[in-house]
Amino acid sequence: MGEQSIGLTDPGAPGSADDSVGIAFTGVRKAFGDVVALDGVTFQIERHSRIGIVGPSGGGKSTLLQLTAGLLEQDGGTINVEGETATLGRLSRCAMMPQRDLLLPWRTALENAMIAMENRGVAKKDARAKTRPFFEHFGLAKFEDVRPDQLSGGMRQRVSFLRTLMAEKDILLLDEPFGALDSITRGQMQEWLLRALGDVPRTVLLVTHDVDEALLLSRTVVVMSARPGRVVTVLDVGLETDGLSRREIVTSPEFIELKESALEAIE
Amino acid sequence: MSTQAPEQSSAEDAPVAMSARKRPSAWSRFWRAYGLAILFGVAMLVLWQLWIKVFHVPKYLLASPTGIIASLQKDWSKYLAPNLWPTLSEVLIGFAISVVAGVGLAIVLHLFTPLRRAVYPILIGSQTIPIVVLAPVLVILLGYGLLPKVVIVALICFFPIVVNGLDGLRLVDDDFIRMMRTLDASRWAIFRKVEFPGALPSIFSGMRVAATFAAIGAVFGEWAGSSQGLGYLIQASTPNLQTARIFAAILLLTLIAMALFGLVSLLERIFCPWVSRGGAL
Repeated sequence: MGEQSIGLTDPGAPGSADDSVGIAFTGVRKAFGDVVALDGVTFQIERHSRIGIVGPSGGGKSTLLQLTAGLLEQDGGTINVEGETATLGRLSRCAMMPQRDLLLPWRTALENAMIAMENRGVAKKDARAKTRPFFEHFGLAKFEDVRPDQLSGGMRQRVSFLRTLMAEKDILLLDEPFGALDSITRGQMQEWLLRALGDVPRTVLLVTHDVDEALLLSRTVVVMSARPGRVVTVLDVGLETDGLSRREIVTSPEFIELKESALEAIE
Repeated sequence: MSTQAPEQSSAEDAPVAMSARKRPSAWSRFWRAYGLAILFGVAMLVLWQLWIKVFHVPKYLLASPTGIIASLQKDWSKYLAPNLWPTLSEVLIGFAISVVAGVGLAIVLHLFTPLRRAVYPILIGSQTIPIVVLAPVLVILLGYGLLPKVVIVALICFFPIVVNGLDGLRLVDDDFIRMMRTLDASRWAIFRKVEFPGALPSIFSGMRVAATFAAIGAVFGEWAGSSQGLGYLIQASTPNLQTARIFAAILLLTLIAMALFGLVSLLERIFCPWVSRGGAL
């Protein structure tokens, strides 16, 4: 990629001795009252890889993300996020992008994007200066000082993604990032994210119910079952995406073949 | 520059509500919002005037609109103006105190859950005490001056502000709070950047309700014991059957309430520019 990388600064090496393990789930179980959302979930994610998690809705996919981020505590098993196993430690490693953009309506697009820097104690002036250049790169030039209600759905999601990136965490958790968009905008955003993620040396965990989206955006796809959610199969995607458009990728024979096995696993 | 910019602008990027859509002029928007109410009000006044003319209602029984206007002119400098200022200051000082205390208490109760559990039910329970009966007690306690009236106004205005403020703070979407936590926000940052601004519209609606109560509180306070104010003027004018003067004083009381309501709405527009509301004053 060009020199204008959106990789920001490297969030730093993880504390554990083994640098290659990003996230490891071992026998993770989570129940809400009598409802078992996840049971016996075990898999590993290499550091700086991109993983898609697909499965039927209500299968505990979002719960898995919240567990990873340390927003929830598991009832059984262990979750190791770059050496951190306690919830607060996990929280310090992860930034989450929710399905709804959740932009604060009283802040401009720029002020929304820089909020994580502010939270870390960076002076507003410096946070502004550091965040502003990314707007052009994200196709948001001239919209820095506009309030979210004046942005289109796709632009709002891009601001939301930028806000997640500016947290400078090593792990990005994307929870149905385009679930609220119409299908055309969704396709455009997938294509955009595919390029944007190419620049980012981060571990990305993408939850979606859209198999196409998972195959397009990740290197590995984890298929989960309906409640209680467990891992059904892990697919190695490894599609060639460089220089290809979304249309070319999703209509290639390899893609169709992978899609078929993914859909079969979900059933 | 990267040759592979992630996104070129597309039709989807068109800003949704920039200045493209033409907005009607302020005057025509005002007329749309309040035109019918103004016409209806004028019609009522005309009917009122006609009623008195046709049925020869004596003016000590019921003042006519023109009689009230005449009283406003005749009684302004001797009766109305000297009594307007005490009531206005009672209302403004009492209201200001209730805003500071009400918003402050809402924040403290929100941030300290055990305190909320201890205080909130008692706060609700205290509202079953009619403030009217407290007025004489407060006069005995605090004397005939400004203070008991200010306290009554503040007590009446306090409740809607606390309740609306607390609701606004509690009803902030949990997803926002989770999002902020993954973005390294402290409890205080979540309060300052998400919960408080999110609760502002709710706090302002509590203030609007309180604004309509404030003048009532001042009148109760004056009736319990005073020698000035619009409430006192109404009380003093009753034995003399100065009906037009009483109505003029009532008109001024409603104007105080409306002005306070308007002031709160104006402040909301300034402090919550992201809230779009159609037509509200």
